[in-house]
Order: sequence, then structure tokens, then C-alpha cells
Amino acid sequence: MMRLLVSILVGLILMSAQVMAQTGPLRIEITEGVIEPMPFAVPDFVPDGAAAMDLSTKLSRVVASDLSGTGLFREVPGSAYISQVTDFSAPVKYSDWKAINAQALIVGSVKVSGNQLTIQFRIYDVFSGNELGTGLQFVGETDGWRRMAHKVADVVYSRITGEGGYFDSRVVFVSETGPKNDRHKRLAIMDYDGANVQYLTDSADLVLAPRFSPNGDRVLYTSYESGFPRIYVMDVGKVKRQVLEKQDGAMSFAPRFAPDGRTVVFSLYKGGNTDIYTLSTTGGKSKRLTNTPSIDTAPSYSPDGKQIVFESDRSGMQQLYIMSADGGEARRISFGQGRYGTPVWSPRGDLIAFTKQSKGRFHIGVMRVDGSDERLLTASFLDEGPTWSPNGRVIMFTRETQGANGKASLYSVDISGRNLRPVRTPEGASDPAWSPLQK
Amino acid sequence: MQTGTKISGFAHIGLIGWMVVGGVFTSDPDPFEVREVSVISAQDFAALLAAQQPPATVSQPAAMPVPDILVDTPDVQTEPDVEPEQVQPSEAREPETDVVPEVMPTLPIPELEVTDVAPVLQPPAPEVSDISPTEAPKPVVRPVDRVAPTPVAPPAPDARPDDVTNPEVSPKEGAVTPQETQEVTAPEEANDRIVTEADEGANLAPARSVRPPARPSVPSAVTPAPDPEPSPQAERNNPINNALAEALAGTDTPTPEPTGPPLSQGEKDALRVSVSRCWNVGSLSTAALAVTVVVGVSMTPEGKPEASTIRLLSSSGGDGGAAKQAFDAARRAIIRCGSSGFDLPSEKYGHWRDIEMTFNPERMRNK
Repeated sequence: MMRLLVSILVGLILMSAQVMAQTGPLRIEITEGVIEPMPFAVPDFVPDGAAAMDLSTKLSRVVASDLSGTGLFREVPGSAYISQVTDFSAPVKYSDWKAINAQALIVGSVKVSGNQLTIQFRIYDVFSGNELGTGLQFVGETDGWRRMAHKVADVVYSRITGEGGYFDSRVVFVSETGPKNDRHKRLAIMDYDGANVQYLTDSADLVLAPRFSPNGDRVLYTSYESGFPRIYVMDVGKVKRQVLEKQDGAMSFAPRFAPDGRTVVFSLYKGGNTDIYTLSTTGGKSKRLTNTPSIDTAPSYSPDGKQIVFESDRSGMQQLYIMSADGGEARRISFGQGRYGTPVWSPRGDLIAFTKQSKGRFHIGVMRVDGSDERLLTASFLDEGPTWSPNGRVIMFTRETQGANGKASLYSVDISGRNLRPVRTPEGASDPAWSPLQK
Repeated sequence: MQTGTKISGFAHIGLIGWMVVGGVFTSDPDPFEVREVSVISAQDFAALLAAQQPPATVSQPAAMPVPDILVDTPDVQTEPDVEPEQVQPSEAREPETDVVPEVMPTLPIPELEVTDVAPVLQPPAPEVSDISPTEAPKPVVRPVDRVAPTPVAPPAPDARPDDVTNPEVSPKEGAVTPQETQEVTAPEEANDRIVTEADEGANLAPARSVRPPARPSVPSAVTPAPDPEPSPQAERNNPINNALAEALAGTDTPTPEPTGPPLSQGEKDALRVSVSRCWNVGSLSTAALAVTVVVGVSMTPEGKPEASTIRLLSSSGGDGGAAKQAFDAARRAIIRCGSSGFDLPSEKYGHWRDIEMTFNPERMRNK
């Protein structure tokens, strides 16, 4: 007993001595934080002249909408502002913005000279009292004011989050009208947020699965114009198309560009079997990559162009496989319950998005390239066809509602599973494909 | 006088004498039954018993005596039957005419729907009362905009979270200056992890408790573990290294040694929680979420961080760009939550005048 007491006493003395001997700064480790939208303020851009009055508000609204739409930011309403920004070059009263908890402040000015639009803007980190980066200026045509606003939002997003934006991008999709048993489909293109919709084809022929080229100037799609599904390529600027692949008695579909833009990978149904082929965009003979008695389809290149992920039922059920871009042995990466399909490689290269059917419901999910860390982001009657935003942060997909009057529409979701929201389109929409950032 | 007395005396004597002689005080004896018995000898008694013994068993009963048949039987004279007198019925009366009932209209008989299929009788519900306990609905998490270490219930309908956080103010009793009451700002609803649409409605409660892992097997031979490589954190915590670094740095203004007892663990935890409330990693890129940064800051005696002293001491896990984003988020957290001063004991200022905060987002990546 005595020995125990002595041991405890010695221990306490040593401990206290160690504590007392602690020198230097206090050290703490923080491992828990919060995940919430960052509050920001974007007052109307300061107009330089009467001609810019109208655009000053429109520009700031588009910037605010872009940032708020990510789910990572939350706009502090203008009614809460303590001070107003009337001079683009005046020093910022940080205390006024701190008081309303605006952590980022975007200040801009707009000038209109004839058909020329000039936008200047600065981003401030309110709580540190510093400007984030340096001020920037964009010059363009007044007709392109929306695109310029998207570019401003891209810069703000990039400087705060540290990753590229995706606002100055477009989406090609299949516009749908009519009931399910008499649905008319045509190709359409729009801004990422649903604005500026333009139609590329009429609804005379069934069209499917449009895909952008790596620089966004061309679109691949499947059309039943000849009665058989065939792959066409369309120049988006000229709205001119040509058939890319035609073999008598064969059906080609599910095309996608290689990252270099010179090769197309697609599925070909011939002789009762569906396999994956590649073809040069300049023509020539197609190359067969898979040769199995199963259905191999929905190929998608890795960003470096060295691998292809695709779906196959060679194991008896639809699963995801990865093979070399030259073909050869494929390795299975999906092992969960249910069916996996329509895989798409992330632009970052770290994740693969897919459609999953399990227990009567459809999901959009992501997994790592080796098949680990599978996460289901959505769940509904029918979700399918994911496509990545240019920065690999957001996924857009098709959601169709149940019933004879069910309608297809587009939705987007952050890869964390947050911020699920519909994309506004004038009509029904399906099969979206996100373009890269515009130059 | 004497004559009367004498007469009375004689009368009494005579009465008493009559009562004695006359048997007034005697009664007749109760009548009793007298039975005559006779005494007999033992021989007589044995002879008497022998006479009462049952007869010996006879194997064949004796033949029954046949009765004599009587040939001539005397006639029995009987009186002849008397014809019963026929009673003539009286002349029947004419019955009264019945009242003819009115013919009622024939009611239509509803046609019955006859089917070939016999109706199926529903068996009566068994009178069984279910006394098994019903399973209570399990909580379903909802997706919210905010993810925090501690979940926060949604605020009341009439309460609204605000960007400007106000503390609750209530008038103190006996205060000279009247204070206006002020409601505390409602906390924003939060979850402790990201809830996707696929998670909604899912039964997140564990079905059963996790069993403890098996005890690890004891190694047969204990081999001495190699000395681990000193981590950067350990090197920073090494007082010798710190002292050397400080000496080599040759600072012009030596930092006075802290005096008094150091901060307790509770005081350190309070500081850690205060900073973590403002450390928002929601707007960080995935690359920045992989970076751990160590940030140094000097504090004022009031517990407020000096913004100009916030500096990045080291980073690990990412490139320069990602480290800058991670540092910016850490700096915002220190400034935001320190703007009103951290709750630190002023008597121990020497211990917390300089603070090194390590922001490790590893757990936040898995939310």
C-alpha cells in the first residue's frame, strides 16, 4: 500500500514538472470544423455611365446566382448591407461587411462604349482585410454580357475554393416533348444554368446521347435518321453534320471522344453481339477493342486517354470494367449489389460516376478508379446518364418521373451529395453532356 | 284479635298439613320399560347358534313341484256389456258467414341474385389482442446546409438564424439602468455529417450494438520495436529543438517565460471548440481538404488574435495552392471567432500569448 502511494506521488511530481517545464507557444490541434456555405456579398457593379445602368445589376445577379448555385456560397441579401459601394476604387469598409458576416466581398464596375462592354472587379477576404489576388478586367461585346458574368464568377470561385470554376460552360442535351409513347426528341444546347437554349436538330428523327468534343467545337450523337442507329458528328458553330460510322447491317451507338479529340470510341452491334470499337475522326477503319459474347457498351476515356471504363454483362449482370485504351484484358471495378452502367471518368481522373439500379431504385453515384469508396448521391424512380462539370465538382444527370405522363428533366448534384437541384429547361430534357470551359 | 289470629293459625296449619299429606310436594315416578331376560347356559347358547347356521349348499336344486292341471274350470258369471246410449247430436247451427277478407295487393317479390358461386364467408377476426410492443419509428436524418461537429435541431418556426449573432439579454433584477430584452439568435440547423438523397429515409440507427473486438493474441516472443522516425509534430513538440531553434533565430525581443500554472485541459478544449466553430471547410477544394496546416498567432491580453501575426508555419499533404486555401480558411476561423475574444484565463496570459494551431481536416473529408 505504501509503495503504491509513493508511486502515485512520484508520478504526479514528474507530471507536474513536465508541465511546468513546457515552454514555447500553446499548441492545440483542431480536427473538427463545420461545412456550410460561405456568406458573400456582391453589390451591384458600379456603372460607368448611364448606358451601363441596366447591366450593372444584371451582371451582379448572374455572379450571385452562379456562386449561390454551387451550394458552397450563400449571398448576404442587399437589404442587410450597412454601407453601399459607389466607387470601385474607394477603400473597403471591412467593419461594415464583417458586421453582417460577409466573408467575401465582390466589387465591380461596368462600362459600355457602343457595343463594347468592359467589366472590372475585385475580390476581398473581409475577415483578413485583404484583397484576394489582384483586380481583373474583361472586355467583350454587350451581347455576351452573360458569358462575361460567368467568367467573373469563375474567377471568384477559383480564388476562394482553390479549384477551377465551371460557370462559363455549356450543356448539350436531348430536348423532349410529347407523351412517353409519342415523344419527339431533338438536340439542343444551352448555358450550364439553362439559359440561351438553341436547337441543333429538328424532331423528325430520333436522336440520342450527344457528347462534346474536348474543346467543345463538335458534338457526337446517335441518330435514327437512316432507320438504323448511326453515329454523327456535328460542328456546333456551323450546325453542319456528317455520318461518322456506317457499316451495313450494323448499329453503332454510345460514342465518346478521346481526350485528344482525334479518336472516337463507340459500341457496335453486329452479328448479334455488341463490342467496343474505336475510329479516327478523319475516317478509316474501325478497331475492335473487346471481343466477348456479352454486351460491352458505354465506353469513356480516362483524362490521360490511356484507359477506358465501360459497362459489360460478361459476368451475368451489368458491371463496370476498365481496360487499356488499346483493348486487352479488362478488370472489373464494381462489386456492389445491383447493376452498374453508363460510367463516366471524372475530368480530374480520380473518380468515376455511374448509374446504379438496386432494389427497384436508380442512383447516381461515384467511386474511385479502383472501385473503392462507392457513394450514392441520389435516389429516385429513374436517374441515369451522369456527366461531369469541367472542374469535376458537379454531376448533371437525367431524372424521369413515374407514370404515363412522366417527364424527363435535368438535375445537378455536388459530388459530396449536397446541393441536389433541378436545371431549368424550357421543355423536357435528357442525356446531358457538359462541355469544357469555353475559351 | 286473638280470635282472628287463631283462625289464621289454624287455617295455615291445616293448609300446610294438606299439602304435606296430600302429596303436593311429591311426584309420580317416570314410567320405565322392563324387559325380561333369561339366563342360559353355554351349551344352550352353542345349541342355539348351531340351529341358526345356513343350510348346506345343494348342487342340484330339487325339482319343482308340478302344479296340477285343472280340467274343469268353473264358469265365471259376468254381467253383459251394456250398449252405450247413442247421444244424438243436436241440429247443427248454420255457421255465421265468414267475413271475406279483402284481397291485398300482391307485393312484388324481389328477385334474388343467385349465383353459382357460393359466397365465401369471411372468417371472423380472431379475438386476439396484440400486446407486443410496437416498434417506435426511428429517426430519419434530413439533409441540411450546415454540417457541424454537434447536430443542431431546426429552430422554432418563429425563430430565424441571422448573420449577425446576438446574445440573449434579459433585465437583471435590481439593475439601475434598465436593459432592453433581446432574444438570442437562433442557431442554424446542422447535421454532423453530409446526408445525400440516397441516405434520406434510410434506417441509420444501428440494428444492434457493435460487439467488442476479440482480444488480440499475445505474441509468443516480444521483439523490440524499432525506434520510430520522429514526426514533424514530435519535433515541434521537442523542447530542446524548440529552444535550439529559438536560440538560432536570434530574436531581438526575447519572449518572457510564462509564469504560473499552465492552461488546464478544459481551458484548452474550450479554445479548440471555439475555433472549430468557425473553421468552415465547406468551400475548400478537395485538394485543400487534404492539407494540414500549422498556423501561428499572437494574442492580445484580452484574448483577441492579432490579425497581422497570423502566419503559416508549416503545411503537409498538398501543393502550395492547396496549402494557401487551407491557410486562408484557418485564418478566417481564427479571426471570426476571435473577434470578440476567446475565453482564456487572463492570469495565464503568459502561456497563451503565442498559440500554434494545427488544422487537420482528415475527419472533415469523411463527413
